Amino acid sequence: MNELSRRKFLKASLSSAGGLMLSFSLPVLARTRPWEQMTSPASELSAWLTIDPDESIVIRVAQAEMGQGVMTSLPMILAEELEADWRNVKVEYADVNRQIMEDRVYGRMQTAGSNAVEASREVLQKVGAEARERLIKAAAEVWVVRPDECYADYGRVYHRGSDRSLSFGEVAPQATKVSVASVKIKGPDEFNFLGLPTKRLDVPAKVDGTAIYSMDVRVPDMVYATVIHSPVSGGELRGMRINAVRHSPGLIKIIKMESAVAVVAETFWQAKKAADALPVFWDFGDAEKVFTDTIKRTFFEELAESGELISRKGEIVPLMDAAERTIESDYYAPYLAHAQMEPLNATVHVQENRVDIWVGHQNPEYAVEVVSDVSGIAVENIYLHNCYLGGGFGRRSHSDFIREATRIAMDVGRPVQMIWSREEDMRAGGYRPTSAMRFKAGFDLSKNLVAVTNHSVTHSIRRDMDDTFDGIDPSSIEGLHNHPYQFPAWEFSHTGKNTHMTTWWWRSDGSSINAWAMECFVDELALAADQDPIVYRRRLLQKRPDFLEVLDLLEQVSGWGKTDLPRGTAMGVAIHESFGTICGQVAEVTVEPAGTVRVNKVTAVVDCGNLVNPMTAEEQIEGGIVFGLTAALYGKMTVENGRILEDNFDTYEVLRMADTPVIDIHWANSGAGKWGGLGEPATPVIAPAVCNAIYRVTGRRIRSLPIKDYYLQAI
Amino acid sequence: MISLDINGRTFVIDVDPDTPLLWVIRDNLNMTGTKYGCGIGQCGACTVLMNGHPVRSCATTAGQSINYDIVTIEGLSKDASHPVQQAWVEEDVPQCGYCQSGQILAAVALLSDKSNPSDDEIDAAMTNICRCGTYSRIRRAIRKVAIERGQS
Repeated sequence: MNELSRRKFLKASLSSAGGLMLSFSLPVLARTRPWEQMTSPASELSAWLTIDPDESIVIRVAQAEMGQGVMTSLPMILAEELEADWRNVKVEYADVNRQIMEDRVYGRMQTAGSNAVEASREVLQKVGAEARERLIKAAAEVWVVRPDECYADYGRVYHRGSDRSLSFGEVAPQATKVSVASVKIKGPDEFNFLGLPTKRLDVPAKVDGTAIYSMDVRVPDMVYATVIHSPVSGGELRGMRINAVRHSPGLIKIIKMESAVAVVAETFWQAKKAADALPVFWDFGDAEKVFTDTIKRTFFEELAESGELISRKGEIVPLMDAAERTIESDYYAPYLAHAQMEPLNATVHVQENRVDIWVGHQNPEYAVEVVSDVSGIAVENIYLHNCYLGGGFGRRSHSDFIREATRIAMDVGRPVQMIWSREEDMRAGGYRPTSAMRFKAGFDLSKNLVAVTNHSVTHSIRRDMDDTFDGIDPSSIEGLHNHPYQFPAWEFSHTGKNTHMTTWWWRSDGSSINAWAMECFVDELALAADQDPIVYRRRLLQKRPDFLEVLDLLEQVSGWGKTDLPRGTAMGVAIHESFGTICGQVAEVTVEPAGTVRVNKVTAVVDCGNLVNPMTAEEQIEGGIVFGLTAALYGKMTVENGRILEDNFDTYEVLRMADTPVIDIHWANSGAGKWGGLGEPATPVIAPAVCNAIYRVTGRRIRSLPIKDYYLQAI
Repeated sequence: MISLDINGRTFVIDVDPDTPLLWVIRDNLNMTGTKYGCGIGQCGACTVLMNGHPVRSCATTAGQSINYDIVTIEGLSKDASHPVQQAWVEEDVPQCGYCQSGQILAAVALLSDKSNPSDDEIDAAMTNICRCGTYSRIRRAIRKVAIERGQS
């Protein structure tokens, strides 16, 4: 067997063995402190990688590790082209300061929108291929042969026609001095290693407590701060009675900020005790008159008005007038907190002309700009040490906590670790937006659909960022107007409507709301047409073979149509495309006699095109479903007198082990050139799948989330 | 001054006895593997073992912890070789990883109490929150330990 076919055989045998990993399974210790650069410039082939004489290959990762596996999947892409021996690969974060000083050498450093692989795959492939060709050229120079007589494999360069070979570590010093012209990258059918289930490099540090999150950073002379935010978002600080805590143990300082107070002490607990005892007075203005019900009412009032047109096909009014039957349905989704496990925190040390910040951030380049803005110190002199993120889900791309931590550190003059308590983390805003929407559909005499309309009213994240923004926020409408269905005529319109609350990106963003409403409504259409929900969707998806492939596989593997389900149990289906990936899910749901909803099993079919690492891919689908199911069953932020009621896990319920369904994942692949996202696309699909199953059991349509607010009975 | 026995060592610490054990471990002793998640004993990220039982250290004061044999994630093994840690690596359990010290210690306590726990027993014992949704893998890792122990 020649090299190529031997590896092809290896890959085939590995795949058919269902995830057996052979030589790839040896754990490589990842960095527990990912900000400490472990390499010297001498062994650097490019900003992205170094190869040392001991054969260690250090690959730098420009995206943030928040659990989605980028510290493994991105190095895999580079290592594939490099022809590296994966066992020698180590990872570290790309240096943000270098990104600034060297003209954005790492390109995009933001981690959002599920597109780490999509956005950086080609760059990483080219970096790997270029390094491989330089290693080959350097070895050829040593042997005084032509480079095309040489090839690289598993961390060595070989000369064809002789038995000479050199390891990457041996030839790397030479390779740093040579350059090559343009290089060709592999197509998916040429991969040896990409597509094999590969264990995460960050796992060993996450089972023995050594992985460093920003709350674990310890800087000499460091003190702790905690923050009291206005309990009503946007409230103004009127005053406080500092005398009440003047003698509080360990207290160092109390700092007034615009809409918050910081309490600084020798330990976090001392800071928190002082903060809890400190009487603070605020001016809330009209925001104190706001309740969830008043928000809901104003949003539904907007629904009665006409919105801004997004797209229309056909003469809607006459079509609806002529329809034999019309149905109209309203849906409402609440504000939601991210409730990532690690409450927001950052450690900042401001010096004469230098700032160091230790934080877990999804967008470190942006965080540096924020620090610079607050401190007045140039971006070149700001050193951001990105840590492992204790959950992100979008929340850790916000600037609010960076701004506060920097402001506090400037005032204190010592390194400060600012930690928001869980309660402050959940009350401080940056929520998934709230939204109300109305669908209408008309049918002719033969129950054929003639037209669909939708008007959505949604809190705009974009307008929270820029209050002069007056257009349609693209995130508010994703998954609505760009749905895959072939409606004969349609109209989509939108109204942006903001309140005193603040919003931010939340795992799957607008799709988390819109796919729920849309997929529930499509179920209503199927019902009105007396059709099976999968059969009906298939009819409306004739021009989307990729959707049909997912639906067909889903029908087959989920046991759809099974007639022997126990009483009180039914299946519901939903399908949605987001972040370049189609995800279809069937949820098997039981409504117990006491009214409790139990999701027994979720079958998911996912088409993201090519897979880099099936293991982390599967983990993301499992996690996306659990995250979406928490929101569907329990998630809401209740507003009362302008304040948020749910501020910890006793009131903001989340899914635990006992409520977690069996999750069965299958893959479809509709295109060789497709590299869709995986962190988010499973999240929006679970809510409609569960709600559609609940309808089949109870005859009740869930029109407002969460499900726990309904009293449900099987019929 | 209070004296605490943690990971086989005795620490004498100058701290208000009302301080939650969590913050003594993290900020006074700088052992940061035990995590702060909620502060009200809900999420379990701060789980430690006290005489082998899982305890939420954010809701237990330092004063209440005197005379107990306390084990944190740092003290579970010297080299991540505890069978539960090994199973966590084998099943690729952690995602963001923040809750996993607590999950691992809760699983250690469960498995020392019941050598082959049923699904219901796993559900009842494993009440720690994971927002990344690693529950299915945690269940698999616990079963793996039980099965391998049964074989040996």
